[in-house]
Amino acid sequence: MTGQPRRLPVGGRVDRTSPISFTFDGRTYQGLRGDTLASALLANGVYVVARSFKFGRPRGVVGSGAEEPNAIVQLGTGADALPNQRATQVELYDGLVGASSAAHGLRGLIDAARRVLPAGFYYKMLMAPPILWRFWEQVLRRGAGLGTVPQGADPDRYDKLNRHCDVMVVGAGAAGLAAALVAARSGARVVVADEQDAFGGSLLASALHIDNRPAAEWVVDAVSELRTFEDVVMLPRSTVVGLYDHNFLTVLERCADHGPSTSGAAARERLHRVRAKEVVLAAGAIERPLVFANNDLPGVMLASAVSCYVNRYGVAPGERLVLATTNDAGYRTALDWQRAGREVVAVADSRADPSGALPRAARDAGIRVLRSHGVVEAVGHAHVRAARVASLNTAGDALTSTARRINCDLIACSGGWNPAVHLSSQTGTRPVWSDEAVGFVAGQRRGLHCAGAVTGAATVAECLGQGAAAGASAARAAGFATDETEPLATDEAPLDAQQALFVIPHSRRTSRAPPQFVDLQLDVTAADIELAAREGYESVEHAKRYTALGFGTDQGKLGNVNGIAILASALGREIGEVGTTMFRPAYTPATFGAIAGRDVGDLFDPERHTPMHVWHEAQGAVWEDVGRWKRPRYYPKPGEDMDAAVARECIVARTGVAMMDASTLGKIDVQGPDAARFLDRIYAGGFLRLGVGRCRYGVMLKDDGMIFDDGVTVRLDDERYLVHTTTGNAEAVLAWLELWRQTEWPDLDVYLTSVTDHWATMAVVGPKAREVLGRVCSDIDLGADAFPFMACREGHVAGVRARVLRISFSGELSFEVNVAAGQAVAVWEALMAAGSADGITPYGTETMHVLRAEKGYIIVGQDTDGSMTPHDMGLDWAVRHGKRHGFVGERSLALADYQRADRLQLVGLRTVEPATVIPEGAQIVADVYRMRSGRVPMRGFVTSGYYSATLKRSIALAMLKGGRGRLGETVHCPLDNGNVLAAEVVDPVFYDPDGERQNA
Amino acid sequence: MLLLQCPHCLEARSEEEFDYAGEAHIQRPATDVSDAEWADYLYFRSNPQGRHCEMWVHTAGCRRYFNVVRDTVSYDVLAVYPIGERERESLVGKPPP
Repeated sequence: MTGQPRRLPVGGRVDRTSPISFTFDGRTYQGLRGDTLASALLANGVYVVARSFKFGRPRGVVGSGAEEPNAIVQLGTGADALPNQRATQVELYDGLVGASSAAHGLRGLIDAARRVLPAGFYYKMLMAPPILWRFWEQVLRRGAGLGTVPQGADPDRYDKLNRHCDVMVVGAGAAGLAAALVAARSGARVVVADEQDAFGGSLLASALHIDNRPAAEWVVDAVSELRTFEDVVMLPRSTVVGLYDHNFLTVLERCADHGPSTSGAAARERLHRVRAKEVVLAAGAIERPLVFANNDLPGVMLASAVSCYVNRYGVAPGERLVLATTNDAGYRTALDWQRAGREVVAVADSRADPSGALPRAARDAGIRVLRSHGVVEAVGHAHVRAARVASLNTAGDALTSTARRINCDLIACSGGWNPAVHLSSQTGTRPVWSDEAVGFVAGQRRGLHCAGAVTGAATVAECLGQGAAAGASAARAAGFATDETEPLATDEAPLDAQQALFVIPHSRRTSRAPPQFVDLQLDVTAADIELAAREGYESVEHAKRYTALGFGTDQGKLGNVNGIAILASALGREIGEVGTTMFRPAYTPATFGAIAGRDVGDLFDPERHTPMHVWHEAQGAVWEDVGRWKRPRYYPKPGEDMDAAVARECIVARTGVAMMDASTLGKIDVQGPDAARFLDRIYAGGFLRLGVGRCRYGVMLKDDGMIFDDGVTVRLDDERYLVHTTTGNAEAVLAWLELWRQTEWPDLDVYLTSVTDHWATMAVVGPKAREVLGRVCSDIDLGADAFPFMACREGHVAGVRARVLRISFSGELSFEVNVAAGQAVAVWEALMAAGSADGITPYGTETMHVLRAEKGYIIVGQDTDGSMTPHDMGLDWAVRHGKRHGFVGERSLALADYQRADRLQLVGLRTVEPATVIPEGAQIVADVYRMRSGRVPMRGFVTSGYYSATLKRSIALAMLKGGRGRLGETVHCPLDNGNVLAAEVVDPVFYDPDGERQNA
Repeated sequence: MLLLQCPHCLEARSEEEFDYAGEAHIQRPATDVSDAEWADYLYFRSNPQGRHCEMWVHTAGCRRYFNVVRDTVSYDVLAVYPIGERERESLVGKPPP
């Protein structure tokens, strides 16, 4: 046991036979299997484990579990690093490397800085000149002490899995185990999760007997019985971090964190997504520290934590103990300490007459009990050397004697218990103050059954009883019958009433006394909270944000209730009236690795590929993401940049023949006797008289009259249409059509099916398109008269059944060939081969954009943003008023605002400098000469800007106020580089305004 | 995360399968109403603290829209019923249109 001066010779759940070694802040120590990093550090006499957030004060281990605010450590190095871990929950393993997260704390800012960093510091700095904030931000960020992010890709593997159960038991202490037993015996599917490596909760550190056996033995029996049930899942090392609506829970299981990285051989952590019919919340309680001067000194600990280190880990973190308590339960620590062979110097009990069984036992054991006393101040520099103790009045809010000094090296404090209401409040259920429990207890919610300390229960017997009752009520609510269970007897002493006391007053007033810390992690003091109250922050939510109380990674597990009590006292209100702030997921910090699971890299977001994807890839296509689709943007030849490739593709499409993969366009098959009537009401244009085998462009409006989508619709048969949508809007359009069909016009007999993935579409474009297509298509007459523009024909292309549409988004002669997706590659390759003699060239979305902009065709979502009517976009020709049932959005088009002459309207822009392209998003200003004043009215903005190789100049589409009345005027676009581009307002159709080429 | 029972598929499924589709029982007025009345239909929705009638669509299931009465405080689902049924609207103390 060399090198572990604080290790007790016997006792605890640790294995003394083979010590293991670990490293902390560069020094090597020995610990035992069964230790946590915190217990091992304490065993080695390492008391200072961190520097505080704001003031750089030395801090030591305070707690023994999830509540620990100080011992926040970083584990591992490089890509394996895991920041923000509580040393009290880190299981020790051989070779563990840990480091204090706050090693880079504000060492320069000594305690004197406290007066310049008062409550509301951040707010006050933000109100100061911004230049000052820049300075403070540098200082504060460096000192934030929250560790460093891992360097490099995480080599570990993380899993996610779904679970369904009847009863989810959160916490496997006395209450949780009792509940799980009853629920499991009823036949319910049960999941039990506990954050510790072993089940039993506080019973693991208890000297009690349950049912005439040591508590630990009862735990072993309960766990083995639970393991016999096939439908019971036991999850140790699993923290329920989130409880969401309708009993959806997230459980973070640490599968391999208690050993070195397996580099992906085994899952490091697993996130269980549990949907439970009923939840038993047996999350326990966290002991409440007392607030007194210098209570942050290393050597001031929670009483329950001291007991835990003694009983569970065989570690005595000191020699001479002073216990400060307001209740009977704290006396257990004095007795445990004495049993461990250490000296209890004194117990300072705030109550006037502590006469319960435990205080009596302490006195009988020869322990000096000071009644009506409190520890007003801890004395020492880097560690406790003494406690100043004074007598208190009955209410505990004033001293009745001067303080005297009692030498000691450990102060254990117990100010009562805070039920762990965090999970229950995550779904919005407010915790409720209980005068009896002196704490906030979980509020009532359907499907949630609280049991044990979380309800304020103080004794193990109560916890066992409540657990059995909650397990039974949960099982019954989930539809299972339960048997009566016998109550279990314990040998614990009954507890007398505790005193509701949170702060031990000092002889000096709070603002002048040494700091009385409330939130240790964020260095919030009682004086800060009183200051917040004085400055008018009366709501607990405001005071929290002003002082940063509870803002740390511990979410104020120790400090919140004390802070609320201080605020209530400063405001002269009851604690229940002031209320508590809410807790959010996660209960303890969860790693991004576990949240992401396998959804990383290629699996992060599914990609959609067209049937010709591999062909495009082989041609070296550069991709553009459109929704989830990967679309070729352009196909660069060696040495070409995007501009060069696009210019080449455009020229070929306008002079020869080119081909584009248009498979991503949304396609909806509309069938039924009322299909025509349905589309006539949905589209702004008329669709009743569209002939079979004919196509029509349509715009779809939302009911507010704004353009929602556009595309070409084909009438395939009397009762069958094919609707094309834009690529990104396909799902939204289908949902929109279904909404109208199902809710507004259920009388219409019509059915909608998405066929986007069933068909592949290839657009054969250019003056030579007819010739090339003709080489592989013999059963369709492609002649201009036999197959006119906006017609549809069926036949075979390259021997494959095909539907060919003579439609054009390029303004050229164009045939869109649709074939079944599975046969698309063969047809695509046949067309490429057929056109090879004519130099057929594949083109991508960038060329498509240029070609359509030359023709003034809009792209919904690029040239429109949900605030444009058909009239704004010059699409009045696609609107037909006077239809029998009207169309969606028609009434809105008559609204007064829609008639304004100064609405934004689509125009074309020709830059005065033909070579300069106006960037998309550029603003159009009215008066370039007034720009220096910094205030100049906006006239509109540019939505599309390209260089047109065909026109040998730059072109742009823009939305301009009253634009169609400004043709010929010059407008100016100031750019962020300081240049101002001048451009002439023109008609948006730059090329072939009469459509002779597409009609050819 | 909500657990919703689609009235057509008759099985409780996770919210991930559904999309919210706005307040239910909004009557689309005839087109001869005033601009103000039309704007009221377009833009104004109730925002109650408590029972709220709303539409959901079973996007990853049967793709059908249906009505839900949900408590906006507790998120309890109080009723689920097909489009076209109106009697349960009385739950929110609003007379059927």
